[in-house]
Amino acid sequence: MGRGGVYPRPLITRCKRHPKEKSLSQVKENRTRGEIRPVLAQRYADGWGVGAKRGRLQPSASPPFAATRRQVSVEKPMSQYPERLILNVGPQHPSTHGVLRVVVELEGEVVVRCTPDIGYLHRGIEKLMEARTYQQCLPLTDRIDYLAGSANNLGFVLAVEKLLGVEVPPRARYIRVIIAEMTRIASHLFWLGTHAHDLGAMTPLFYAFREREQLMDLFEAVAGGRLFPCYFRIGGLARDLPDGWTTEVREFCRTFPDKMKDYETLLTRNPIWIRRTRDVGVLTVDEVLDYGLSGPVARGSGIAWDVRRADPYCGYEEFDFVVPVGQNGDTYDRYLVRLEEMRQSCRIIEQALDRLPEGDIAVDDPTITYPKKTDVYTRIESLIQHFLLVEEGIRVPEGEVFHHTEAPKGELAFFIVSDGTSRPFRVRARTPSFVNLQVLSKLAEGRLLADLIALIGTIDIVLADVDR
Amino acid sequence: MTEAVTNTGGDWLRLIVGLILVLIFSQLNALFLVWLERKVAGHIQLRYGPMEVGPHGLLQTIVDGIKLVGKELITPFKADKKLFVIAPVLVFMPVLVPFLVLPFGPELIIRDMNVGLLLIFAFSTFSVLAILVGGWASNNKYALLGAIRSVAQNVAYEIPLLLSVMSVVLMVHSFKFSELVMAQQRIWFIFLQPVAAIIYFICATAETNRAPFDIPEAESELVAGFHTEYSGMRFGLFFLAEYTNMFIVCAVATSLFLGGWHGPFGFSLGIPGVVWFLAKTYFLLFVLMWFRWTFPRVRFDQLMNFSWKVLIPLSMLNLLVTALVLKFV
Repeated sequence: MGRGGVYPRPLITRCKRHPKEKSLSQVKENRTRGEIRPVLAQRYADGWGVGAKRGRLQPSASPPFAATRRQVSVEKPMSQYPERLILNVGPQHPSTHGVLRVVVELEGEVVVRCTPDIGYLHRGIEKLMEARTYQQCLPLTDRIDYLAGSANNLGFVLAVEKLLGVEVPPRARYIRVIIAEMTRIASHLFWLGTHAHDLGAMTPLFYAFREREQLMDLFEAVAGGRLFPCYFRIGGLARDLPDGWTTEVREFCRTFPDKMKDYETLLTRNPIWIRRTRDVGVLTVDEVLDYGLSGPVARGSGIAWDVRRADPYCGYEEFDFVVPVGQNGDTYDRYLVRLEEMRQSCRIIEQALDRLPEGDIAVDDPTITYPKKTDVYTRIESLIQHFLLVEEGIRVPEGEVFHHTEAPKGELAFFIVSDGTSRPFRVRARTPSFVNLQVLSKLAEGRLLADLIALIGTIDIVLADVDR
Repeated sequence: MTEAVTNTGGDWLRLIVGLILVLIFSQLNALFLVWLERKVAGHIQLRYGPMEVGPHGLLQTIVDGIKLVGKELITPFKADKKLFVIAPVLVFMPVLVPFLVLPFGPELIIRDMNVGLLLIFAFSTFSVLAILVGGWASNNKYALLGAIRSVAQNVAYEIPLLLSVMSVVLMVHSFKFSELVMAQQRIWFIFLQPVAAIIYFICATAETNRAPFDIPEAESELVAGFHTEYSGMRFGLFFLAEYTNMFIVCAVATSLFLGGWHGPFGFSLGIPGVVWFLAKTYFLLFVLMWFRWTFPRVRFDQLMNFSWKVLIPLSMLNLLVTALVLKFV
């Protein structure tokens, strides 16, 4: 069979409806929008809320003619639907955010079935880790979600530290929070730019990248790397902050909320933007829970689940910030949630800078922390310590650990099994993009092709995070 | 003045010179517009745009054009080869015709036909056919979807476009460009027919497949829409035709609503008519570019709803009111 058999040509002559198939309007079964249960939709009492802003907007128009979900029989083979067209969106496509392939079955412009096909960026990071010492695993975690390198570092480092039973000094803890929140802003900025670009607004991308560039420069100053800082270490940090760095971060936090107004002017009140995102991809609370979604996708539906608040790590309980939640669970709410998260991250950074203590940046434990370079050159004990850490690595006690953190895209968890050696026996990374991507076909089926693109953007996936 | 313009029936020399001028002008204009678009985009997006070739990158599009000419013309496997080759020619030929009747200045109309306005719309609609042929012949699903979208969109937006133009024609009782422009010596029609002007401009944006109505070539959805499979100068022809079309719709808008070669309220300020005309046209072109780099893209069904449910009733109402006012006032 030639290629024609695999990819049926979309000829109009073939567009005769099968006699057994009902007409489009008959098949159409309106799915009522699920309501969000108020119990779970915990809104914070201080009055901030996406809903408060939403109240001022116009009531939504009725769903477009085709944009209602339909029940589609998935058992029938394609040959029974001669009027359908299979479209391979990706793996090379401008807006699949990497190498995602979505096999879309179209009836006209309506997506009747969509099947994400992942694995194009699978690098076997979990398996690679088994052959490496814990320190050597760290640079691999950078590459899990390459838009939020430090967030992955943090998740892994915290899990290993939990297994080791060490607690990092307060200065390291605060710096970690600062870097993690800067990473969150950078990741959300990238999402904002690409999401807007997917919907045809090309300019916000450049505005968002202007600010992201500042953050990248700050990462570079502190760690040497931009996309992959790898600044955190097991038991602390790689090095202390350079001089003047905190002033520049403060300056960024001071100007950033003003610059966010640029994006808001272009998008938030734009009628086209609102029409493209409101009531598109509505997720009810039940659906979020059933699919195990997390991060802004879950919070957009009104679930105030943020690991920083629900199960604080790194001392997040000391900071005053709001977990923004949406009301309607649509693409617009998720957009507003992410925008507000950026503002809140700014607040956290400012608080952390205010309270940033002096002191050590790593635990004082020779089996975990590298000695000072000057000591290595002058003291034999330090030389041996350095040698052992490099050659053998950190010996982690036998056991298993699960630690979850709030990465920009959702809940990032590491499950590590240690057999008492300096290399992990098994590492499992529960990455938010992988879990959140599941819901794509549910959201996209019955909607237009243009909505599929918007939905890929609103889930905020990074294919490296999906495939690992 | 009008006599001088219309007394050109047997003037073959004038026609030939005019044709050559049209060819030169349309090419240069398209090249300039591509450069302008990149500059406008750049400055809106905190960049400079092209800067390397020529002063402020002015020669960039010429170099790009040379590059396109030098590229291999790829015809996809299993494409309908004849149609695939014809489509870019088909898209570029009709866009030259409207230049024959465009009123650049009181003395600068190559042929002031009495159906000038109709001629322009007849030929500018032609590009839809080329897009359909190109999208169909490519044997590419994205191209096909783009072509389908384009046809649906053009059918939907042609109607309000013509209806809005009709209300101006009713006021002047002529399709002749010189008369349409002369009628605006005192006051531009944008002040008398604001609704028609706005509807015309929206529809013109959709007709030229420009953002926010650029769904036939929505690059984030359909990769490149109907010209996905085109490479080299075949792609270049689609590209040039798009920009020439933009110029035509803006030139028509200038002559119908912004007083053509007239200055505001009869004051020409000593500036020649052709300068007024081009200044206004390029301002409208700038607005089109401004749209593109500011707005998100509408969705297909929203685009259709907007035309059938908003623009068409509104333009019909506008036409009705115009007719009634002309009759009874």
